[in-house]
Amino acid sequence: MIDLVVKSCGPMTALQDRGRFGYQGFGVSPSGAMDRRALAMANALVGNPPDMGTIEFVNLGGAFTVEGGDLHLAVAGAGASASIDGVPVPPLTSFVLREGQALEVGHPRTGTFAYLAVAGGLAVEPQLGSLSFHLRSRLGGLKGSPFQAGNRLPCRPEAQAGEPMQLTVDVLEETGPLRVMLGPQDDYFTPESIHLFLESEFTISPQADRMGFQLTGPKLEHAKGFNIVSDGIVDGHIQVPGSGQPIVLMRDRQTAGGYPKIATVISADLARFAQMRSGTKVRFRAVERGEAVAAARQLKDWIASLPSKLTPVRFDLTTEHLLSRNLIGGTVDALSSASHE
Amino acid sequence: MPTPKILPCGDSALTVEFGSTIDPALNAMVLALDEIVRARAPAGLIETVPTYRSLTIQFDPALTDYDALVGLLHEETKDLAPRHAVGRRWRVPVVYGGEYGSDLEEVAEIHGLTPAQVIDIHSSAVYRIYMIGFLPGFTYLGGLDKRIATSRRVHPRAKIPAGTIMIGGEQAGIAPMDMPSGWHNLGLTPVRPYAPERDPVFLFAAGDEIVFEPVDASRWDAMEKAVKAGEPVAEEVRL
Repeated sequence: MIDLVVKSCGPMTALQDRGRFGYQGFGVSPSGAMDRRALAMANALVGNPPDMGTIEFVNLGGAFTVEGGDLHLAVAGAGASASIDGVPVPPLTSFVLREGQALEVGHPRTGTFAYLAVAGGLAVEPQLGSLSFHLRSRLGGLKGSPFQAGNRLPCRPEAQAGEPMQLTVDVLEETGPLRVMLGPQDDYFTPESIHLFLESEFTISPQADRMGFQLTGPKLEHAKGFNIVSDGIVDGHIQVPGSGQPIVLMRDRQTAGGYPKIATVISADLARFAQMRSGTKVRFRAVERGEAVAAARQLKDWIASLPSKLTPVRFDLTTEHLLSRNLIGGTVDALSSASHE
Repeated sequence: MPTPKILPCGDSALTVEFGSTIDPALNAMVLALDEIVRARAPAGLIETVPTYRSLTIQFDPALTDYDALVGLLHEETKDLAPRHAVGRRWRVPVVYGGEYGSDLEEVAEIHGLTPAQVIDIHSSAVYRIYMIGFLPGFTYLGGLDKRIATSRRVHPRAKIPAGTIMIGGEQAGIAPMDMPSGWHNLGLTPVRPYAPERDPVFLFAAGDEIVFEPVDASRWDAMEKAVKAGEPVAEEVRL
């Protein structure tokens, strides 16, 4: 067995895959990666299926070493960088971490969530069918816990033979309002409130985590009270409690809740929203089912196409890049001296 | 029964709403439809989430034909027979009052009853699990006798221990883990409805029934030891 050793990491650094499905009827949140696009990219780079469990970083990066062999790794999401012994790895490029080297994953820069994938995934037992860590359920991750310094994460030696790869993708960088479908309880709001919801700017408050993002903006008035008998909740539901300030429910949400939900963020826009930080201003645009489904299909096709967009790391790169990929071993000195002539 | 409403929940889910109140008849329809949808397993189905009064169905929008799913739901809800039959009834031992149920005396006082009467009323009812939610394994129980229905506490507690037997309004519940609560604590059971390291992880399912059996505090240690050894301690009652 090869161990990826955690030297340091943020408090919410934990394993996440696509999520845990089939137990919401027992009160267990699906959880899962906040940004499934970045999850899929990190996995594709090391030859894994798109939903395999990876290490999710939340706001903070981490430092790692390896013991017992070499590991094929990749980082993706929120512009987080990786460096080996202080030498940066180019973005969206997989790399080999060798025994004795120090890997540093930088803070997510353009968002909140980044992913470190290991070829073959971590050799950790899933709980209720998933590796996803969920705090309140004490499930997933390492026996119901996030990672901390000193953890040794077992990896699969037989999966480490892959070549470093580079991913060239048309990043789906949509701008513009977040797309929502109205409902399920839009009839609990006054027509003026629906109008206000769709025409106003909201700000993501500091109360934003894996459970939900609190927004601040104009007060949305309920037409028939703000208590309903609890019904089912899905990712992206926008619930409005008595304060009139909406909350977008995210992966670690509860399974049922008792506030009216004015609208639901479409599945294709959830990853983009998840990467928006506190203080970001957002607007919403109502779309019909046809547009939402087309966007969901487009995202699914994009994820499926990732393996076809990999190319082996080329050898005509600068010395520094070659160094960072550990590809040239003993020839480094010769090249370095040559470059000084 | 009026035709249930189908409410959109984005592109990946819908909710079939049978009504807007807490009503055993509505819940029986929810559980009946849940069973049918799971059995028919339409293409792209991810999972179903039954609640008091509605069934949320989650699916993969790239695989599920929405119109076909709605058609199936209209067809299946037209002559839906409520699912009153329950799979299992469980007997859950409870130590009432004192340090085990710190609100027992207050609840008795509010209703002009003695603590013994409250215990008797609470443990004489047969409760039905309407839904499980809020936390893993948290059972929302219907069937509380109106004589002891008690408004929630003015000051919720930040933490009550796992196994707390509690009532809030006309609902009753069992805390699956330490949790915040605004309900009243009547007693404590060593039974764990949810234990991630145990097989089965969940003891109870929506539609099951629960009866509470008052037991003496002298039995606590033995019961707790059995639970720690992985035994359910809740006993299935053969009907």
